[in-house]
Amino acid sequence: MATQIELRNIEKSFGDHQVLNQINLEIEEDEFLTILGPSGCGKTTILRLIGGFETPDSGEVIFDDKDITQVPAYLRPVNTLFQKYSLFPHLNVYDNVAFGLRIKKVPEAEIKPRVDEMLGLVNLKGFEKRWVDSLSGGQQQRIAMARALINRPEVLLLDEPLGALDLKLRKDMQVELKRIQRELGITFVFVTHDQEEALTLSDRIIVLNEGIIQQIGSPLDIYNEPINAFVADFIGESNILEGIMHKNYDVSFSGKHFVCVDEDFYPNEAVDVVIRPEDVEIVSVEKGTLQGEVLSCLFMGVHYEMRIATSAEIYLVHSTIPRSIGEPVGLCVEPDNIHIMRKGEVEGDEEL
Amino acid sequence: MSKFIKRFYLFLVYGFLYAPIIVLIIFSFNEGRTRGSWDGFSLIWYKKLFSDKEILSAVYHTFLVASITTVVSTIIGVLGAIGISPYRKKLRAAILGINQIPVLNPDIVMAVGLMVLYRILGLDFGLVTLILAHIAFTVPYVVLSVLPKLKQMPSSLPEAAMDLGATPSQTLTKVIIPYIKPGIFSGALMAFTLSIDDFVISFFTTGNGIETVSTLVFSMARRGINPEINALSAIMFIIVLFLLVLMNLRTEKVT
Repeated sequence: MATQIELRNIEKSFGDHQVLNQINLEIEEDEFLTILGPSGCGKTTILRLIGGFETPDSGEVIFDDKDITQVPAYLRPVNTLFQKYSLFPHLNVYDNVAFGLRIKKVPEAEIKPRVDEMLGLVNLKGFEKRWVDSLSGGQQQRIAMARALINRPEVLLLDEPLGALDLKLRKDMQVELKRIQRELGITFVFVTHDQEEALTLSDRIIVLNEGIIQQIGSPLDIYNEPINAFVADFIGESNILEGIMHKNYDVSFSGKHFVCVDEDFYPNEAVDVVIRPEDVEIVSVEKGTLQGEVLSCLFMGVHYEMRIATSAEIYLVHSTIPRSIGEPVGLCVEPDNIHIMRKGEVEGDEEL
Repeated sequence: MSKFIKRFYLFLVYGFLYAPIIVLIIFSFNEGRTRGSWDGFSLIWYKKLFSDKEILSAVYHTFLVASITTVVSTIIGVLGAIGISPYRKKLRAAILGINQIPVLNPDIVMAVGLMVLYRILGLDFGLVTLILAHIAFTVPYVVLSVLPKLKQMPSSLPEAAMDLGATPSQTLTKVIIPYIKPGIFSGALMAFTLSIDDFVISFFTTGNGIETVSTLVFSMARRGINPEINALSAIMFIIVLFLLVLMNLRTEKVT
């Protein structure tokens, strides 16, 4: 796979507020890349830099080896799916979808079949004459997608396109998005604050916080090997504990020593320890490395979510077997499931 | 009882407002010359009106000035509003404040000011100065009626157009203008009615025998009112009423 878009040393501030700090990023051809982060982390700004709606204070935006930093939006071979659909209210569905082609002076005879094809792709055939105001949120978003994709962009930028939809519709649209991306084989750069959405859809995820790239990796990498406490906390629920790495494969937290699989830390380095709630096993009091008492037990659908108090911390535990409140239990964790992270480390630190 | 009083009050207010107009329209059909007594129904004053060259030329000038004013001030006002809208709040408020001063300013100040200015510039008083003056005082109204529509437009709309390959000028004509069209339309209507309606500014900025209806009526009144004026006023009232209804229908449709 070839690199299609590259951001080099991007810096961007709005007034005194630095939004992006030293962003270096490569987007591969035909991948589904998600930029994930809390609101205000700068993820939309990255998208707008690629789309051509913002210019960086310094740094370059490279597209297919060409510097497009100063190229205006209307000349870039990318299209955007905006958060609020942004359909043209004075045009009907057909004219909305045909907008891009008409701008390019494509003959009407060619526009018609392409609009048909696009409306078929988003499952909205027969809506040509409808006014956009009369469509539901989900339908509007599909039309917006058809309007963007009819231009056959090499890259589609999606700015939280599912944010305004209800849960059920969002799930359906996620499946739809993935299907369309596979069918067309184009690059999707997707921005969201919803970690579940990111994990479901992406080939690669970029976790962004306060304008700094925290981690880049596959959904599995990011979920299983979060680089720091922020990523661990943001990607799903987890127990984040203060720990000390005594030597290779020997970490202590919650007042006990544990065997782990990590090495190459300074002797007695203070670290963050992350354990996913589903990785904490509930065993009998005698067998557990830690002992605790069940504080609460909630049914969550597939599993039960329990809070278990040990002498030092409260652990979040997911299990399919419920325990009664007040019951003394033992807890243990497999060495594989103990994730040790250097404090404050972010992507690229190791290379320095 | 209180309902009756409320209705009576309303009736009184509207009666007070509309009595002169109703009297005027009724007496425009009066056969006699005096306004004190009713001498029978007749269309004589309407007939005389349409053969009075002086009045017809004033009507022609009024509509000519109003039409040119509407076109020019709508273009200036729309472009001005589009220019103002992306500014940051404080700057926009300042510019808008300056825009609003002519709206609140007494007409007479504007009129005398324009007269002095044209005299200093050495312009010949006549149709050109009249039109320039009308453009000057109607532009702020166009800006004021277009701006709210522009504010209502999400910024992602023009961005979406550019994203789809539209140049900034294509974005203006294909997306922004269609979106703010209701605002443009009501601004244009307002400029048109204000221009027809104006007396004070026209009086001070016209010359060379160019009369609008209002300046003509004023000069006729000094010679003694001609009942033709009743007929003319009645017609003008009907036209303005029609425009107002049209304007309200438009705004209702928009909101």
